[in-house]
Amino acid sequence: MFGLKADWSVDVFERYFTLGNYAGGEARWCPGCGDFAVLNTVHRVLRDAQMPPEKSVVVSGIGCSSRLPHYVGTYGLHGLHGRALPLANGVKARRPDLDVWVGTGDGDCFSIGGGHWLHAMRYNMDMVILIFDNGIYGLTKKQTSPTTPTGERTNTHPEGALLPAMNPLTVTLGITNVSFVAQVPDWNPPLLYETIKAAHKHRGTSFVRIIQRCPVFSDSFCKPYQDHPENMLLLTHENGIPAADNVKRLFQEQIEHDPADWMEAMKVARDESKLPVGLLFRDPDAVVYEDFSAKGLNKTNEEKLAAINTALDAFAI
Amino acid sequence: MTQQADNGDSAVQIGGNKTAAKVDEYIVEIVSDSGEGAQKCGQTFGNISGKMGNGVWTVEIIPAEIQPPARSPAGASGIRIRIGSKYITNMGNEAELVVAFNEQVLFSRIANGAYKEGTIVLLENKWETDPDEKIRNQYSAAVKEFAEHGLIVHELPMEEACLKIVSNARKGKNMFVLGMISYIFSREPDLGRKEIANTFAHKGDKVIQPNIDLFDSGYAFAAEHLDYLWEIPPYTTDTTKPTIITNGNQAVGLGVMAAGMELISMYPITPATSASHYVADVFGNVGGFVHQAEDEIAAMGFALGASYAGKTACTITSGPGMALKTELIGLAVMAEVPLVIVDVQRGGPSTGLPTKVEQADLLSSIYGEPGDAPKVVIAAATIEECFHFVVLARKLAEAFRTPVILLTDANLATGVQPYTRPEIQEEWLSAPVDQSPWDDAVPAFDWDEGTGLSQRPIPGQRNGEYVLTGLSHTDRSKVAYDSDTNQTSMAHRSRKLAALQKTLKPPKVHGDEEGGDLLIVGWGSTLGAIEESVDILRGEGKSISALHLRFLSPLEPGLKEIFSKFKMVMTVEINYSDDPNGPLITEENRRYAQLAMMLRAQTLIDIDCWSVVYGHPLQPGMLQEEFNQRLDALNN
Repeated sequence: MFGLKADWSVDVFERYFTLGNYAGGEARWCPGCGDFAVLNTVHRVLRDAQMPPEKSVVVSGIGCSSRLPHYVGTYGLHGLHGRALPLANGVKARRPDLDVWVGTGDGDCFSIGGGHWLHAMRYNMDMVILIFDNGIYGLTKKQTSPTTPTGERTNTHPEGALLPAMNPLTVTLGITNVSFVAQVPDWNPPLLYETIKAAHKHRGTSFVRIIQRCPVFSDSFCKPYQDHPENMLLLTHENGIPAADNVKRLFQEQIEHDPADWMEAMKVARDESKLPVGLLFRDPDAVVYEDFSAKGLNKTNEEKLAAINTALDAFAI
Repeated sequence: MTQQADNGDSAVQIGGNKTAAKVDEYIVEIVSDSGEGAQKCGQTFGNISGKMGNGVWTVEIIPAEIQPPARSPAGASGIRIRIGSKYITNMGNEAELVVAFNEQVLFSRIANGAYKEGTIVLLENKWETDPDEKIRNQYSAAVKEFAEHGLIVHELPMEEACLKIVSNARKGKNMFVLGMISYIFSREPDLGRKEIANTFAHKGDKVIQPNIDLFDSGYAFAAEHLDYLWEIPPYTTDTTKPTIITNGNQAVGLGVMAAGMELISMYPITPATSASHYVADVFGNVGGFVHQAEDEIAAMGFALGASYAGKTACTITSGPGMALKTELIGLAVMAEVPLVIVDVQRGGPSTGLPTKVEQADLLSSIYGEPGDAPKVVIAAATIEECFHFVVLARKLAEAFRTPVILLTDANLATGVQPYTRPEIQEEWLSAPVDQSPWDDAVPAFDWDEGTGLSQRPIPGQRNGEYVLTGLSHTDRSKVAYDSDTNQTSMAHRSRKLAALQKTLKPPKVHGDEEGGDLLIVGWGSTLGAIEESVDILRGEGKSISALHLRFLSPLEPGLKEIFSKFKMVMTVEINYSDDPNGPLITEENRRYAQLAMMLRAQTLIDIDCWSVVYGHPLQPGMLQEEFNQRLDALNN
């Protein structure tokens, strides 16, 4: 598209976005942190989708993960601990035109924000939730999180974490109206890219649990999978996350899994002997809440005034 | 339509041979077990009276449980209707007539001082012949006791009369009673029938007709069995002005729509929820949406997110909900997100008195957040203001880029009063979200040095990209922990309140502007009771005046100057304060009522207070007594 101006010069309206257009402030995570990989992938997915930076909003809570908005050059909302999801839902409620992303962590989402997690999945508003799950509270320096493995020594449980770690996949899959559940390690860039890209494409709430390295406080969380890729189980399917042969080659254990099969997804998620990687579940037909909440956006002032006056009529004496 | 008194005649003929005695005002109560429809009966009676040109105030008597045990004193459910030939602003003192569906529910009302010697009781008499001996004994004992209290009891077979029309009297007695009191107070019967038809319009003729029959039958019953007949002439009002009649929560709901808000984000809580109920019914017609969130925190977060995205949103709650929202209110202040928060106050702390009135969220609204969180706090004093203050709150929120807390209370929420129909202005509605490119030379918080005010970029505006954060931030919304940034950004947020205060006018004194003996300062729903009692005392020649505040944060200007003109200034509030004569209480440890505490700090004037937390609205009679004592002490 272009327009001719009075001085015969031409304005080129078409915009092309490079990675630089999505760059925010300089990321200040620890060296070796898995969050860098996620950040770079988000930049790339936005660039490849050619999203105008002013149309995306990155929302977060509190924690290392939740610094994400500061490092993305779009609009951002760095909220409160646990409250990223209600804030993101609110952003989307009357602005379905905005492209909404949520950055949250295992403490932020599964612990203090646990209630909102359940309900946000059920609202199924069109957004991507990236859970930076490192099995530890990092920003506050090594406290037990819901996904900390049993026996892991932390500052709140110096003798080792007491309870079995929570399984966020089975919880999420169990929520009525859930529409997209995927899991991916941060250290496999092509798979991370394809997973987040698929999540971004999906209309509904895309729950992406990223198994994320924290070399400072929970090095042991990812080690079993980094050192022993056979502890992971790659889910393959034509409707799943695309993986090239050279990516597949890294996974000794693979299984063909149709993401439309909820029962099978639950089974795969429940079997904790292997970490499933890929798309567990997708339902493109789940109800999307903004289809209700954004109704009536186009009412004119005349219509509104008439409706308010009708409402007043009902109380007229 | 309006029944006019014959000019020159002191009485009007209605029905038989009785003549109606003219009275200036009257207070009626209808009390029953929960679920017997006393409130619908009373509201309809109020509507009819409003339509006949009377001043009206109704207040509901609500038990905290949905279905408390039948015939229990604590389960009293009902309504009080005060009607008069003048503008009525409060529930008044004792009721003069009460219709009771059983005798037990009267006990809690008697304990609350709702009646006086000579109050007429129209009592259902079926309990006298109840098969259960215990009930028969309770009934006869109660009737005796009522007589000892000086009540004039008429035992009436109301249920028996209803059973001639419907098989289940529990579901129809209320309309029978509506017919009775409509006769007693010379209400136009056709107005009653029309109101019934409107009330049950969605249920069709099958329901409307038996209810009209019950109404007619009650009307005839009263004409036949009762010697009471009063007439309350309409008060002269500017009849060219269209009038509406609503309760305070409906007024808030109408205000939300008139303010152009698109979203109410709420979580059920008494007594706020009925505002959202009302809006949910009609919001779609203006393109709006009620979001019932998973909890109070999410309700606030959702509204905040929508507002950040440029949409006008509000959340409506009560005290416990405010407590849960506190952290997010702090975020809205810190990140300067315009937002309206309506707090329909109830008794606290904790779960407190869920259905009853208190004005105890003032300090927590203003100072509730950890850290310094300046925001606008205003309070509606009348039901009409419940409407207009929502519109005002939204304008203030946007102009000052701040959350605004609007305080109402359970008294306003359930009180029903006629008022001038607001003329809806197009400029009240929200403008479309600005999506034009932002000038990237302008920071996201382009604080004006003089006022602290700034414009905000809205997502979708090209070049306006910024990250809203609750962390200390620079004008470009960059996280900054340095001393200067924190000091100056705090100053800018605080300065906005001073800027708003500079635009306000000093409040008007109701009474002697040049000063006098006693000045009563109030806020919120106590306006009617305070001014009524002050007017009565002024009529007796006493030097007493009143002043009512609408802006609590910032406070209205000129207070110190006004207060200095009076020998004594005291607040009247419905929140707890220590009795100065109570055990252990000294001037050093006495805890003052909330507004008094603020005014003392702000003006350095020795302001006293009188406050109670009985859970019910203030009665002008109580105030009169208290004020008289204070005046006597001042002048002796």
